[in-house]
Amino acid sequence: MSPNLAAFLYLTSGILFILALRGLSSPETSRQGNLFGISGMLIAIIVTFLVAESFSKEFIYVLIFLSAGGIIGSVIAYKIPMTAMPQLVAGFHSLVGFAAVLVAISAFLEPNVFNLGTVGNIKTASLIEMSLGASIGAITFSGSVIAFLKLQGIMSGSPIIFRGQHILNGLIGISIVVSIVYLCISQLPHLFWILILISFLVGFLLIIPIGGADMPVVISMLNSYSGWAAAGIGFTLENTALIITGALVGSSGAILSYIMCKGMNRSFFNVILGGFGATDDTAKNIEKKPVKSGNAEDAAFLMKNASSVIIVPGYGMAVAQAQHVLREMVDFLKKNGIKVSYAIHPVAGRMPGHMNVLLAEANVSYDEVFELDDINNDFANTDVAFVIGANDVTNPAAKTDPQSPIYGMPVLDVEKCKSVLFVKRSLSPGYAGIDNELFYRDNTLMLFADAKKMTEDIVKNLN
Amino acid sequence: MEIDPFIFRLSIFILSIFIGYYVVWSVTPSLHTPLMSVTNAISSVIIVGAIIASLAGESNSNFEISNIIGFFAILLAAINIFGGFLVTQRMLQMYKKKKKK
Repeated sequence: MSPNLAAFLYLTSGILFILALRGLSSPETSRQGNLFGISGMLIAIIVTFLVAESFSKEFIYVLIFLSAGGIIGSVIAYKIPMTAMPQLVAGFHSLVGFAAVLVAISAFLEPNVFNLGTVGNIKTASLIEMSLGASIGAITFSGSVIAFLKLQGIMSGSPIIFRGQHILNGLIGISIVVSIVYLCISQLPHLFWILILISFLVGFLLIIPIGGADMPVVISMLNSYSGWAAAGIGFTLENTALIITGALVGSSGAILSYIMCKGMNRSFFNVILGGFGATDDTAKNIEKKPVKSGNAEDAAFLMKNASSVIIVPGYGMAVAQAQHVLREMVDFLKKNGIKVSYAIHPVAGRMPGHMNVLLAEANVSYDEVFELDDINNDFANTDVAFVIGANDVTNPAAKTDPQSPIYGMPVLDVEKCKSVLFVKRSLSPGYAGIDNELFYRDNTLMLFADAKKMTEDIVKNLN
Repeated sequence: MEIDPFIFRLSIFILSIFIGYYVVWSVTPSLHTPLMSVTNAISSVIIVGAIIASLAGESNSNFEISNIIGFFAILLAAINIFGGFLVTQRMLQMYKKKKKK
């Protein structure tokens, strides 16, 4: 195949990827968008085979590894529960990162294959591009592995901080730049290996100080990195499809990080520097205030007599896998003519859009699910707010108490409802380590139980 | 003086960042999770580099080191491509509007 035709086809696959993302602007067009993405990928792979024109022993092995990966990937995609989506995405990011490192290594070892010069005499521009690709890829890999371990619960979600952390990270960051510069001057292979090693270390050090509830930002950020790594490799390979995709994914991840940071009213650097949610002074004498607590029967009674209910789901619902029984409860309410809608805070859950996926899984129609800005005014005209597994995103202190660590964060105005039902296992503070004054309000009824168990009991009582 | 082809690639890159910026802002927030899984799948187009590395060299000689690295990279990227697109498809199937009674 002529290189010109190939370049044109790579461009086509890049355009199909743009259309894949464009499709996600509404659920109706999204499925078609995904098909565009799949065709783009197919074109890119077939064109690469046709350009290489090498259908020998290696080709057989390529097909074997391709199908092996395909089978593993498909099994994972069908087996994975929707609640585990954040760690799945983190795990997938680590694979992209590692693949980028591997491609960069093979380009460094055999530059002639990629038309980049000869060993020890690689074009400077290519060397910079592959170093950047390898370095960002390595950071993506080790960072995503840590994120995966934290999300999967293998590693504690609480931030790991030590003295001199930022200075250490700064020094390592500088050493990455220095080694890239020296690599370009000297072409010493050792520097390339050192570069990759310290990049792995950076990814690790960057993510350990970041706490569990900041994971939406971390995952989005790693998403962005995997894009920039792909773009770096795209420049090395002079491949348009890879450059376009890298730019798309890079900006997509960056925008998601921005949206997540805004949802928490924190700057990106504040999140990255980490340590938020570390229990430094939570021992602030928590006064014993009276709390009204109730049982499933009370909750069922309140909701049955309401005319409108808003459900506020959070990460606790995902942990308890309560989305299905929640839908059952809502079905009962709707049968009794009660208006029910769902309110989703941008940072509810452990990744962007996490709650929406879980509700979709439980067959909740997406036109009943609303974003913060669209529903926040409705709380004042609503009888009951049913908060299940959420906490900090409802805390009125974010609006009233300038001393609070979450002051200024956009929150759902659940306290404006006539009554608030709060499903929670205990009175323990949320992730931010702060008390929620909502617990002690007169119109709040605490339901102390596991989210799933409590919702099941409410369903029984509604019958 | 001729323009370095690098500049053309850089232009494509910068324009794509702009396209990405506007396209991603138009994605509805409820589809942010599928957005992440699909961007993950498409970034595995890096498999192109892995294939080139795998097919390099004389075919009758033994595998070179870049072939072996390439095979491994293909495996990783293929997991991502299949896993990413299929899990996205699985999620998108669930986003349904129920018919009003």
